[in-house]
Amino acid sequence: MAKKIDSQDSAGFIGWIDERFPLSSFIKNHLTEYYAPKNFNFWYLFGALALFVFVMQILTGIFLTMHYKPDAAQAFASVEYIMRDVSFGWLIRYMHSTGSSLFFVVIYLHMFKSLMYGSYQKPRELLWIFGVAIFLALMAEAFFGYLLPWGQMSYWGAQVIVNLFAAVPFIGPDLAEWVRGDYLISDATLNRFFAFHVIALPLALAGLILTHLIALHEVGSNNPDGVEIKNYKDKKTGIPLDGIPFHPYYTVKDLIGLTVFLIVFASIIFFAPEMGGYFLEANNFVPADPLVTPSHIAPVWYFTPFYSILRAVPPILNSQFPGVAAMGLSVLIFAFVPWLDKSPVRSIRYKGILYKKWLGAFVVSFIILGYLGTVPSTIWGQFPMILPLLGGSDVATVAARIFTIIYFSFFILMPIYSKKSITKPVPTRVTMK
Amino acid sequence: MANKSKKVSLDRRRFLVAATSVTGAIGATALGVPFVSSMLPSEKAKAAGASVQVDVSQVASGEVLTTEWRGQPVWILNRSDEMIKSLKSNPKKLADPNLNVSSQQPKYCQNKTRSIKPNILVIVGICTHLGCAPSPRLSPKGDMGENWEGGFFCPCHGSKFDLAGRVFKGSPAPTNLVVPPHKYLDENIIILGEDTKEKA
Amino acid sequence: MKSIIILIFILIQSPFIFASEDIYLEKAPIDLSDQPSLQKGARTFINYCLNCHSAKYMRYNKLLDIGLSKKDIKDNLLFTGKKIGDPMEISMPVAESKKWFGAAPPDLSVVARSRGSDWIYSYMKGFYRDSSREIGWNNIVYVNSAMPHILWELQGEKELDQKTGKLSLIKAGKLNEKEYDSVITDLTNFITYMSEPGQLKRKKMGFYVVGFLLLLLVLTIKLKKEFWKDIK
Repeated sequence: MAKKIDSQDSAGFIGWIDERFPLSSFIKNHLTEYYAPKNFNFWYLFGALALFVFVMQILTGIFLTMHYKPDAAQAFASVEYIMRDVSFGWLIRYMHSTGSSLFFVVIYLHMFKSLMYGSYQKPRELLWIFGVAIFLALMAEAFFGYLLPWGQMSYWGAQVIVNLFAAVPFIGPDLAEWVRGDYLISDATLNRFFAFHVIALPLALAGLILTHLIALHEVGSNNPDGVEIKNYKDKKTGIPLDGIPFHPYYTVKDLIGLTVFLIVFASIIFFAPEMGGYFLEANNFVPADPLVTPSHIAPVWYFTPFYSILRAVPPILNSQFPGVAAMGLSVLIFAFVPWLDKSPVRSIRYKGILYKKWLGAFVVSFIILGYLGTVPSTIWGQFPMILPLLGGSDVATVAARIFTIIYFSFFILMPIYSKKSITKPVPTRVTMK
Repeated sequence: MANKSKKVSLDRRRFLVAATSVTGAIGATALGVPFVSSMLPSEKAKAAGASVQVDVSQVASGEVLTTEWRGQPVWILNRSDEMIKSLKSNPKKLADPNLNVSSQQPKYCQNKTRSIKPNILVIVGICTHLGCAPSPRLSPKGDMGENWEGGFFCPCHGSKFDLAGRVFKGSPAPTNLVVPPHKYLDENIIILGEDTKEKA
Repeated sequence: MKSIIILIFILIQSPFIFASEDIYLEKAPIDLSDQPSLQKGARTFINYCLNCHSAKYMRYNKLLDIGLSKKDIKDNLLFTGKKIGDPMEISMPVAESKKWFGAAPPDLSVVARSRGSDWIYSYMKGFYRDSSREIGWNNIVYVNSAMPHILWELQGEKELDQKTGKLSLIKAGKLNEKEYDSVITDLTNFITYMSEPGQLKRKKMGFYVVGFLLLLLVLTIKLKKEFWKDIK
């Protein structure tokens, strides 16, 4: 919308500000006169929730930084100090640890929504790519943050992931050493991870979120029908016929979602902050010990689908690099989805059954890979020796390989099946289901 | 568009907006409490700042002992009879001879000697002006001039205090030196940081 | 589709059982709201465990929360020279204890969170005589543990039947089995309490917070409905 200040707006204090800062026009452009499709469903909540969780993480993070000590000799003790000696420190810490897990829950649901409703298709490619960049930055943020409590899982998780860099051909070992700043994960590593976690990545995230929002408000929101609401505007006012002002309609709607989210959030914080070992791992209550490796190392749940892919790819020519590359690719491949999807329609509502089946298969493999990443590969035992080829190999590893193939096929075959899949006719205006 | 099309009850709408805002504001305020209180002294700081025991029998008459409580220097001065006598002279020179600023000492030290026992002065050695550390100048005259009857002198901005820690007029320091809460466990043992009021 | 979801749920159920070795752990019958039990546990902990193990993140004054009085703590539980706000540290240097035990006894402040209450309970009941070991003891829960049986005078001595893997008493102690179990229950209860002294308060607070949010939820639903009357 055009930036203009009505004369009637310019009275009083707000008027004083508006002459110096575009406050009213900003509120109009992004809230009261930002027109969103009126048919948003429950899936459209998670973007706003992600923003909320981001703010909570920053806020709790600031207060944790006041008490935490990024020093290998003191880090573990300073976390216990926060948990016991700092007034309400336990609450702030649990908010932060639970918040990190729920951040990923919300982001995964948010991404799934985009896959369902084709929110990456033209003209929203850049919006989607900013989103993928946010996801990458968030993963880095979580990884750096996980070292800070300096427990056994922090330590050995970081050790394993940093050693992945060592698998890069030629420069690998030097690269891993450079990342660590030492020959093993040490005080130097902790200190730099702290710097990345508390300032570098939060800053990057804030910037990326801003560009994501700017891109969104430039192209406008997609909707469950995948119909462009800008095509049908009121001739007099120029307002989309199917659009409603974001404020108050979606603010009050999102408030419900936010409150439900807060109930879940509070229930975890107050009644099950460890979430059965998924959010806070038992081994992380043992201080980091470079001489003792825990019997089973698994990353936190939100990394496990990608970790499973890493484990599933066998070493080729004695090099771990293919596994590392596959893991990297499994994340980066999301960025190409706008060009992989050749479907003439956006929303899953009008895409054919073939596409639905592929999306379903992808979700199932993502979840099973996620589960397999939390457990040892021997969990399902071995195939009996008499079987050809498979005999003696771990059932779980074979399963992980199959689901890894499905995972990648979802993306790689998308140009084929999205074109082939028979679509239904798309309505011209949005529908209220 | 919105308000014209249908007759909506504006009262109900206003009421709901107000009720939700108020409830939300209460929640947000309650959420602020943990964050604000996390910045208070922690259990660790409280343990480090807990009471300190001092044996005052080791301080000879006319001498001063410096101890530490909550990271602050605390002087324990065993005043001789002459020193106590000097306190009576010239209340006009003092800014607050009658101890009207009650925050500077506990109630039980709001007396002529600012102490529980007349001879033992317990006082925090931090200038009430800008927090410098004054130095004891216990003996009269000397480099402090003809009229000096003994007391404390802050080198930063020249604040002067008498042997009960009372500030002299004309000093930059606005109030008397602070007498910390303390009590006698027995004849000679002082506990710093605990009051007689508080039950052990 | 539904069957797949059910399958996933079955798969996801408590994978961490598999993470540890296949040891049967007895369920510890603890109750964190049972203050007399916590107090007995605290006494056992301080008298027996706190000689070799520290609990350096736990402050003595947290014992006030389980109903002990300041005087009781000062007179009976506090080591000489310690103040009530001090943490439960020990004077044994790590290097020294490594020499004696082969491994430094771990700090027990958060052991209930890393090992779990059931593990501690079963471990303390799992000691048996093993003449092949220098310390003369072994443990069925933590095989070749460096720790000797500190409470053997109370429990007596047990022997491992290699075939059944069960323990049987060969020499009676001061307490019968039921009494010993109750001592270990109290001890486990206290160690669990100590791993997060605020946990009961945390849960209590949770009810108020969730209750408040439910109230807010009702309001927000009504608010949304009211505004969305506009939208056709």
